[in-house]
Amino acid sequence: MTDLSNRPILPIAQRPRLLEMTGVSKVFNSTVMALDGMNLTVNEGDFLSLLGPSGCGKSTALRLIAGLMRPTSGRIGWIGAHDRGDIGVVFQEPTLMPWATVARNVWLPFRLRGESFASVRDRVGTALELVGLENFRDAYPRELSGGMKMRVSIARAFVTNPRLILMDEPFAALDEITRQKLNDDLLALKAKIGCTVIFVTHSVFESVFLSDRIVVMAARPGRVVQELTVGAPYPRDMEFRTSPDYAAQTHVVSDALRRAMGDHSNDHL
Amino acid sequence: MTTSDLDPAVPRSADPAVDADEARRARNRRIEAVARWALPLVVVILTVWGWHLFSNSTQTRGLIFPEPARVWGRFLADYPMLFGSLMVTLKITFLALGIAIIGGVLLAILFTQSRFAELVFFPYAVVLQVTPIVSIAPLIFIYVQDPLARVLICAWIVAFFPILSNTTLGLKSTDSNLRDLYAIYGATWWQTLLFLQLPSALPYFLGGLRIAGGLALIGAIVAEYVAGISGSGSGLAFRILEASYRLNYPRMFAALIMIAVVGVIIFAATSFLSWVFLRKWHESAIRRET
Repeated sequence: MTDLSNRPILPIAQRPRLLEMTGVSKVFNSTVMALDGMNLTVNEGDFLSLLGPSGCGKSTALRLIAGLMRPTSGRIGWIGAHDRGDIGVVFQEPTLMPWATVARNVWLPFRLRGESFASVRDRVGTALELVGLENFRDAYPRELSGGMKMRVSIARAFVTNPRLILMDEPFAALDEITRQKLNDDLLALKAKIGCTVIFVTHSVFESVFLSDRIVVMAARPGRVVQELTVGAPYPRDMEFRTSPDYAAQTHVVSDALRRAMGDHSNDHL
Repeated sequence: MTTSDLDPAVPRSADPAVDADEARRARNRRIEAVARWALPLVVVILTVWGWHLFSNSTQTRGLIFPEPARVWGRFLADYPMLFGSLMVTLKITFLALGIAIIGGVLLAILFTQSRFAELVFFPYAVVLQVTPIVSIAPLIFIYVQDPLARVLICAWIVAFFPILSNTTLGLKSTDSNLRDLYAIYGATWWQTLLFLQLPSALPYFLGGLRIAGGLALIGAIVAEYVAGISGSGSGLAFRILEASYRLNYPRMFAALIMIAVVGVIIFAATSFLSWVFLRKWHESAIRRET
């Protein structure tokens, strides 16, 4: 594990383990090796980014963790008991039900557990407040901007107070300004909730800004090539984004990514 | 001073809120609001007038091509009888449509739950759809004795396919990410169907309903024709047939126009239903501001 920071290392090693992947492989159509022998330990409280080019298996890893498919070999295990309510998911698209209002969309995880809207009205309201959409609870998704829809999606993921949030390139389709704002808000939300986040991205800058752990992956076959730690303390804000520390860390991660993609021209750095 | 161009305190035109473009759009909106009603009305009046002129163009033409006033007179005179026939036709149409909705939706649900069910039954649905009803109807009339049931079956056969195929398409076109989300949250089969698949299929179903409404009427009419004058029916198609044998052309026109009007009303009603259910969220029912 490479420490990117010259600051004291955060006590990641002291965090209790949340789930573990050992030798996980996934083969599609008996031919395409989407993921090859992935080992990963996720700790309680991590902000862990899976960073890599397309085809590196980062989304496959996320879907495996979500339980949407089974590994071809290897095992994925939670440490200790968990139930369905322990996972929240945010996809690249907002993935809202267009026929339901904002509040009813956020209600979904509860609804599927058989809880009436009235009984969780307050929790839905709180989640919407946390993403700044308390005045849009009765709006329909089509009335919202792309950034606002993504906020609803985030509120829905957080509303059950899950232990683990899985995010699959959630901000990739948004403009830079909206994305930065949502990055800030996501960190604040995570700090408030104290959950674990696994965040799939192909943006070096985003991963460095958000994560304390970055797993760099490579394609053909999809595999983990390097694990990095970003030691900068939270809360991180605009100041961090413009600091030399941030620049240096993005540089190291960029290099790692470039090596992962088979380009060694910058090895002298 | 050139900077005044950029100074928001200095208006560039007399009324900065309304530019030429905006004024033109407002004018077009006003014209459209009137034209929306006025144009069809004018066309209807011209058509009736043309019809009147054509009927009177030769001395004898009016005998076989009755002028609008005579059709109207016949309609008023025969109104009780025609109204009774209308009720018969409507009853068959809506019964057939109702059964088509229930059968079509249930079968569509079955198709999306079981690939095998679709493989087995879909060919039959297609065969029923592509075989003209007039060619099936005589057989149905041989094997089915109940006078209501035989007509109902004909109307159902034509009405049910659009519901089935559209609803199947709708149930299959649920957002795959939403399906994943439901799976992650441990949704049951029933919850996924009720909260996700059926709402996704609603716009498609309503599109199918619009087609099926008109087809149910056509099916009912065709069945009455096949039943013919010997049939026990007394619907509007039966009246047309009967009037044709009696050379009562004004009554034929009156019954024909009633059928057309009913068709339009069914179409308008299903369109309205569509709007009621979709106006809040579906693109098809949302008016764009341009």
